[in-house]
Amino acid sequence: MKWNWETFFDALPFILPGLGVTVGLTFACYLFALVFGFFWTFLRRIPIRTINWTVTWVMEFIRSTPPLVQLFFIYYAWPMIPGIGVALSPFTSAILGLGIHFSTYIGEIYRSGIESVEKGQWEAAKALNFSTVDKWRKIILPQAIPPTIPMLGNYLIIMFKEVPLASTIGVAGILLMANTYGARNWAYLEPLTIVGIIFLLLSYPSAILINKLEKRMNRRFDKEMAFVKEEVKNA
Amino acid sequence: MEEVAVKKTSEIEEKEDPIVVYKDVHKSFGDIEVLKGINLEIKPAEKLALIGPSGSGKTTIIRLLMTLEEPTSGDIIVNGKNLWKMEKNGKLVRANEHHLRNVRGEIGMVFQHFNLFPHMTILENCTVAPIHVKKESKEKARERAIEMLERVGLKDKLHNYPSQLSGGQKQRVAMARALVMQPKIMLFDEVTSALDPELVGEVLEVIRDIANTGKTAMVLVTHEMDFAKDVADRVLFLDKGVIAEEGTPEEVLQNSKNERLQSFLRRFRG
Repeated sequence: MKWNWETFFDALPFILPGLGVTVGLTFACYLFALVFGFFWTFLRRIPIRTINWTVTWVMEFIRSTPPLVQLFFIYYAWPMIPGIGVALSPFTSAILGLGIHFSTYIGEIYRSGIESVEKGQWEAAKALNFSTVDKWRKIILPQAIPPTIPMLGNYLIIMFKEVPLASTIGVAGILLMANTYGARNWAYLEPLTIVGIIFLLLSYPSAILINKLEKRMNRRFDKEMAFVKEEVKNA
Repeated sequence: MEEVAVKKTSEIEEKEDPIVVYKDVHKSFGDIEVLKGINLEIKPAEKLALIGPSGSGKTTIIRLLMTLEEPTSGDIIVNGKNLWKMEKNGKLVRANEHHLRNVRGEIGMVFQHFNLFPHMTILENCTVAPIHVKKESKEKARERAIEMLERVGLKDKLHNYPSQLSGGQKQRVAMARALVMQPKIMLFDEVTSALDPELVGEVLEVIRDIANTGKTAMVLVTHEMDFAKDVADRVLFLDKGVIAEEGTPEEVLQNSKNERLQSFLRRFRG
């Protein structure tokens, strides 16, 4: 088999429309995971042992099972469960499947962020008589979330690379388009190379961006920098 | 003659209803009982100093009042309301957060490690609670916060962040932050212990100022004996979870015969 530029440029316009689906699904899954992550985090904070134990176990179960299996379960098996079974579109199934899977990781990140907030901050919030909602909104989360932003960003990239799994249940992203092209023309080399290049072109700059972000976040909490900024402002 | 005198005493007592009452308060952490039956009355505007060796339970006493810890048994009454218990269907049950919030509003606290909010400017540190807890307008909260920060000598630091301040400055901000909430009782938990020696003075000066001008009751957990003598109306010596000695600063710090207290004080005189 020889590389054929003609095939390459023939496949490109066939595959590219799938990029919108791939990127769209990535962000949809990510958003779902970001929101649902809070659900796990706060559920685990309920000081009732049975709830805590159950939630921990469910999260462990979700994380220890391959996302592909979860995807298949939601798309193929769930509709067959009498009573609660619902048939979902491939796209919705993928949001649910990948979103829930990654929300367990995101929830852990939130938890680490919340645990990094010093005990004294909780006590100060209590001494000033904040309501529970304001305590979280004004004191805890503004300190807990910023340090986790680089980690959260990394998960966006990881998720982007997991989204092609959705092609197995028929979400027409770039991988499915490339595969379809390959099957029709009996030429897999060029279309799959295109898919690889697209992922590289999007993942790598994002990783660099997040790396920069991480450095900036670290600096933001640095005493010296704050002083320098103040000096510059005053000058 | 005697009748008149009796009447006069009761009048004074009525006027001086205690703002805080501890009734046989016990507190255990696991197997260790750190408070073994505390009975204590604090009068409005009274300045009370708690001294004692570490582990004597002096900090725990004020942490119970600030609701940072829950007593194992006993009652704490704040302004006539039971702090840790509330009435439900005619029975006293464990207080919920709603009840605690109602009673806690009377109390303010300054911590050993300042606990300023690092993501907010000095000014924001002092306005966030008035705005969100007391529902004051932003303008009013700002005005009062600036006033208070001026009083503690930090008007030029309004837009700085806590990380840019010295320990003494941080502690003064922490006091301003507590004072803008206008508490009836202010608690000071070893507020100079984490400071470099040369910064202690400026913080004590502010406390002295609060003590002299305010109608606020103050409870100071402190190792600054000279300061306690100056500011306090009454000094309590805590030892092994009980109040071992109690009286005016002179009585406790100079004339007490309590041996444990004597040896405790000796360590400070060097």
